[in-house]
Amino acid sequence: MWKTILRRILIMIPELIILSILVFLLAKAMPGDPFTGSINPRASQAQIHHLMQIHGLYDPWYQQYWNWVVHLFHGDLGMSYEYQEPVVDLIKQRGANTLWLALFTMVLTYLIGLPLGIYAGRHEGKFQDTLVRVYTYVTMSIPFFVVLVIGIWIFGYALNWFPTSGSISAQASGLGETLISRLGHIILPGLLGALFGTVNIVQYLRSEVIDAKHSDYVRTARSKGVPMKDIYRHHIFRNSLLPIAAFAGYSITGLLGGSIFTEMVFSYPGMGLLFLNAINYRDYTVITALVLLYGFLNLMGTLLSDIALSIVDPRVRVE
Amino acid sequence: MKRDIEDATSISEADLEKLTKEANQEATPSAAKIMWREFVADKPALISLFILIVFILFVIIASMFIDVPKMMETNIMGYYAKPFTPEYWLGADAGGRSIAKELVVGSRNSICIAIGLTIISSTFGICWGLVSGYFGGMVDLAMQRVYDFMMIIPMLMTIIVIVTIIPHYNAITLTLILSIFYWMGTSRLIRSRTLSESQKDYVAASKTSGTGNLKIIFREIMPNISSLIIVDTTLSFAENIGVETGLSFLGFGLPMGTPSLGTLIANANDPENITGYWWTWLPAAVEIIILCLSISYIGQVMRRTTNAAQRRGQDKK
Repeated sequence: MWKTILRRILIMIPELIILSILVFLLAKAMPGDPFTGSINPRASQAQIHHLMQIHGLYDPWYQQYWNWVVHLFHGDLGMSYEYQEPVVDLIKQRGANTLWLALFTMVLTYLIGLPLGIYAGRHEGKFQDTLVRVYTYVTMSIPFFVVLVIGIWIFGYALNWFPTSGSISAQASGLGETLISRLGHIILPGLLGALFGTVNIVQYLRSEVIDAKHSDYVRTARSKGVPMKDIYRHHIFRNSLLPIAAFAGYSITGLLGGSIFTEMVFSYPGMGLLFLNAINYRDYTVITALVLLYGFLNLMGTLLSDIALSIVDPRVRVE
Repeated sequence: MKRDIEDATSISEADLEKLTKEANQEATPSAAKIMWREFVADKPALISLFILIVFILFVIIASMFIDVPKMMETNIMGYYAKPFTPEYWLGADAGGRSIAKELVVGSRNSICIAIGLTIISSTFGICWGLVSGYFGGMVDLAMQRVYDFMMIIPMLMTIIVIVTIIPHYNAITLTLILSIFYWMGTSRLIRSRTLSESQKDYVAASKTSGTGNLKIIFREIMPNISSLIIVDTTLSFAENIGVETGLSFLGFGLPMGTPSLGTLIANANDPENITGYWWTWLPAAVEIIILCLSISYIGQVMRRTTNAAQRRGQDKK
């Protein structure tokens, strides 16, 4: 198993290097120069040239890339031109918001998806199974941003049950009130994300349970006289739940991608909204940092899932 | 001796016809035939297929009669005109533009991009999966690394960055950019199917008799997994409708002045619009939901045909 993990990590390194080069080149190709907004607009062309020379912007790209990577390893992602703040600090503030929302959505997704998947598998081919199948078909087909817009329209504006923007209300004071206000702001986006994000879990779990139901060990247990309820609890669930738990890492990709839509619709000040603003203001240190961070998180998510799966399921190990 | 063989091989016309007929009845019907039977057996699927085709044709033909630049002109008189009036069937937006017309042209644009994206990305994904699965070994390993890398790229962000870098782009360039990022799902599916398919005897037999690799891949393996390809293409078409509209919704899809279902829904980003002027965005949202549901329903029915046990259309024997 250590071989699998080592191999996965070794594969990860070149991926990370290529990703960083790609991100760097994309950032270089963006219009504007890094001094936009931070210098006196009356600065002469010669002064700008001088500044660019000092900051090494006339060096060949690989030289610049190397400098950038060295800074990266020192935790220096540069300054945001729009906010005039170090990018690291900016991401720390916004990242916490996104993390809260993502964690909340993930927990809800599992809370909804696990029982549904098991329920459908248990009642395979019956009426209940069809109901769950209709649910997964509907949630899988509709594009998520349409769901968000309609959700905020009905529950946010028309019924006025949930706040429609921000991550915390300005009036909230004290620990308890802040926490409740924070929770109130993520319930609707979290719930929508969870309700429409269970497809993979439900489908996978359903087929796992059906497979397990027809396997030999279940037949043995039944012929020994173990009640069906106990078979489900002690045998089938255990076998089917482990791979599902390992899937958590993969779902990070989906959650992060969806965060851009969610945060835009709900004006939720997380990393997705930060990214959209940065694009509009051509704030390219922020853009580079965020694309790289999202790529890195995707990579870590897949890595964790792969390792977890290889622990749970010996068949996927590499010898 | 020679005469014996001639005697044995000479069959009368009538017998030959009868034998061919029998052989045809015995043989497994083609994938297209099975699918058609399934649709005839499942009336809702047939109806949604019919509605979908009529709708796409309507949108394409109707938008030919709409003068787009004139439609996009601002008309003060129609400022947020209410819907269900003879002049504005579905009302008008802040610029007094008719929502009904924008909806038709926007649907045409969005559907055409989704079709283009599906054709390009599926073709690429299918070829990638076939080659990777057929050759296996080092080729497969190298191609899988590229696949892995594509999977970790933050897709949406990268697309937005590329769109902002490119100064002038239109629907075609946008489709090409999107195609770079949406072939992985198909390729993975096709690869795993090709892996198991190329272990089969007919491939080995074909190899032994000296058939070229390309011919085996595209003339022998591909037809055998054609039903899978059709199902996957249909399902990714439903998904791809969400891709361009989602991007346009964020403001990074089709350029300004080109209506799309996404830009119409983006009207809902204004808190005043979303409640006060619901007709500016709700029709587009409802249309996307219906479109995606019906396409994906058709895909589900097609998927059922790939599994003989689940078919509803009976084989006529």
